[in-house]
Amino acid sequence: MSDSIEKRLQQQVLEAHHAAQPLNIVGGASKAFYGREAGGAPLDTAAHKGVLRYDPAELVLTARAGTRVADLEELLALKNQMLGFEPPRFSGATTIGGAVAAGLAGPRRPFSGAGAVRDFVLGVKLLNGKGEIMRFGGEVMKNVAGFDIARLMAGAMGVLGILLEVSLRIVPQPPLEKTLLLEQPKPGDAIALFNRLAARPLPLSAAAWDGGETRLRLSGSAAGVQRAQAAIGGEADSLGHKFWQRLRDHELPFFANHERSLLRVSLPPAAELSPLSAPQLVDWGGAQRWVAEADFDALRKVVARHGGHVTLFRHADRRAAIFEPLAPPLHALHLRLKRAFDPVGILNRGRLYQAF
Amino acid sequence: MNRQSLSRRFRKFLPRSSVIDQPGSLRAYECDGLSAYRQLPLLVILPETVGQVRRALRVCRELRLPVVSRGAGTGLSGGALPHPQGIVLSLAKMNRVLEIDAPNRTARVQAGVRNLAISEAVAHLGLFYAPDPSSQIACSIGGNVAENAGGVHCLKYGLTVHNIAALKVATIDGDLLTLGAPGGGLDCAGFDLLALLIGSEGMLGVVVEVTVKLLPSPESARVLLGAFDAVENAADSVASIIAAGIIPAGVEMMDNPAIRAAEDFANAGYPRDAAAILLCELDGDSAEVGAQVIEVRAILERHGAVEIRVARDEAERALFWSGRKSAFPAIGRISPDYYCIDGTIPRKHLSRVLAEINRLSDEYGLRVANVFHAGDGNLHPLILYDANRRGELEKTEELGEKILELCIQVGGTITGEHGVGVEKIGAMCAQFNDSERAQFHAVREAFDPARLLNPGKAIPTLARCAEHNAMHVHRGQTPFPDLERF
Repeated sequence: MSDSIEKRLQQQVLEAHHAAQPLNIVGGASKAFYGREAGGAPLDTAAHKGVLRYDPAELVLTARAGTRVADLEELLALKNQMLGFEPPRFSGATTIGGAVAAGLAGPRRPFSGAGAVRDFVLGVKLLNGKGEIMRFGGEVMKNVAGFDIARLMAGAMGVLGILLEVSLRIVPQPPLEKTLLLEQPKPGDAIALFNRLAARPLPLSAAAWDGGETRLRLSGSAAGVQRAQAAIGGEADSLGHKFWQRLRDHELPFFANHERSLLRVSLPPAAELSPLSAPQLVDWGGAQRWVAEADFDALRKVVARHGGHVTLFRHADRRAAIFEPLAPPLHALHLRLKRAFDPVGILNRGRLYQAF
Repeated sequence: MNRQSLSRRFRKFLPRSSVIDQPGSLRAYECDGLSAYRQLPLLVILPETVGQVRRALRVCRELRLPVVSRGAGTGLSGGALPHPQGIVLSLAKMNRVLEIDAPNRTARVQAGVRNLAISEAVAHLGLFYAPDPSSQIACSIGGNVAENAGGVHCLKYGLTVHNIAALKVATIDGDLLTLGAPGGGLDCAGFDLLALLIGSEGMLGVVVEVTVKLLPSPESARVLLGAFDAVENAADSVASIIAAGIIPAGVEMMDNPAIRAAEDFANAGYPRDAAAILLCELDGDSAEVGAQVIEVRAILERHGAVEIRVARDEAERALFWSGRKSAFPAIGRISPDYYCIDGTIPRKHLSRVLAEINRLSDEYGLRVANVFHAGDGNLHPLILYDANRRGELEKTEELGEKILELCIQVGGTITGEHGVGVEKIGAMCAQFNDSERAQFHAVREAFDPARLLNPGKAIPTLARCAEHNAMHVHRGQTPFPDLERF
């Protein structure tokens, strides 16, 4: 059944390749708002679903790209395991292929044992723009045979290939998680605290500031968590787990209250953005900041001084630039790489940058 | 162009001491850590600045000269083997730590800085750089990036690719690219070229500067040693530790030939009669580590460990590790030569793979000792041979290739951390099909259309694989025609 779906997807790409007709890759459509507007005929991967292999003792799972993240996480939880990158689910329909292609990670991202989406990608099966089905990477933790094309797919927004299957490294759930709450009126104080704590061997797994409240999540053994709580202070927030999930999925009031524009700022965690008058929410211990109603170009100038970058995440003009423009030699290299995977330029054309 | 006129061309912008053109001095660069392959280059250059690297690359492009980048030359797959018509570009003189950013926990270093020197430079801040290949005292960070080096602790802390924030890379055109987030942020705009460059074996660009991520040094580290009278019991213990939700900092396994060699060499106190030993290191918060030591001990007991020891102090911990860390020189003492394999397999197939390696060892009449990064499935069979015996190297290589094919057969890979280089280029034909290899070449040409960077390494040409696979068909064995390769 799913083999025939794969054949059908391949056929659709082959036809599009010959006709030079753009394709718009759609999984669960939960991130349809994200990136530039990509035209083209829809190529639907949601039906290509199912877990192919999962061996908890190997910490590896392989699933077809259309498998829902919610279903995967439910399966992993049965074995006290989880996805280490805590992918957002902007709707229940979010697929694992879409999560990998978008490369977005949740609050756990900067901390020990967690990481970026690509840090957990072990292998992929993909369809390139010529309709060729290929596998890169594999199902083992260490693999340096050939260029790391599997990890290159994470965050490439489908521009280089259509993910058919992904193999992911899985991590154990921590035995205990606890959230601490501290009152901190100024985000700068929270950022200073985050970076002081991150330099110490503490079992931190999330650190965010929103509207005068700092929350820290601790993950580990009961003894380790208790000791860290004593060292840090603050009160236990019994609804903490709900907060992190709502932060991950952009369901906090901050996201609902700012419907005109939402910018994502990626920065060195200790960077100070003051004076920033626009409303902001600090995540990732300072390395990811959500800023509302700020001017893209003005903010970009400030952020660039720190070596960071800005994305117009939601509510933007999706025909204009959404992602930070690339330096000329880098932009040229992107174009050549696009041609290496998709010579006619049919896959999610323009979703990242206008030129490809 | 001959050696002398080429040397003059580079000396126009490089100091005299940065151009090596005398055959006697070139000899030092004829091989890397895989000394079975040797080749003199036309010339070796050792630039001192990024500007000199860029200028040198422009000259190479103009003259269509192959360029082999080289760090410390400790690689084990011949990745830095010189090209007879090309130059070696050594980064050895670019060995300065440029900046330590304590608040953002990064260090910016030149490519020639030694791996261990980074951790030494930041130890006073309570920070360290996690990847620790066994050659860390000598190997350079640029070489680590080229090979995506691993180490004993990568089960918990990841490989090089997980611990780099940014790279500065000189292209064959002499452009300088900044990849990743140089300030220490966690991502950048565009494709993840940082991930693509790491492990690309010097074929996409020359890494000149590396910004590494630093981690807080763990408060406590403790190690257990478990001895088993059956390899399966040791392997099952590892699966149970991980199934219990514990990610050790490192889990290493050795089989009996490796235990004996290491014990004779290092006197680490290993039980010489054990079929296998496990070393399991736990690190982190001291309360957490204490609880995990008890749990791991119980798991080892449950799986029939005949002896369990927990290192009582730092000295004993170092002693436990000394045997494992000296496994390679220990084998070097009992055999004139040895050949190290780097296949990685799903752990659950360990017993089967070791049994098959033993069978192959008998068939070829060559001894094999096994050391194993058991946590992440990375197997290092060491084939003992004597290069002075006619035909023994060829026989060893054939056995090596058989072992790699076995790794692919059980769903693994031909190289976990040493790279393909020249050594495993034939095995790449078994792991990837024509369209996959064509895709690799297309990616390479996006960076280097004239294919001047490290030619002949890592990615075999289609013609080479046609020849390689034809040879295999002649022997009546197409490499796994019906194999599902994941």
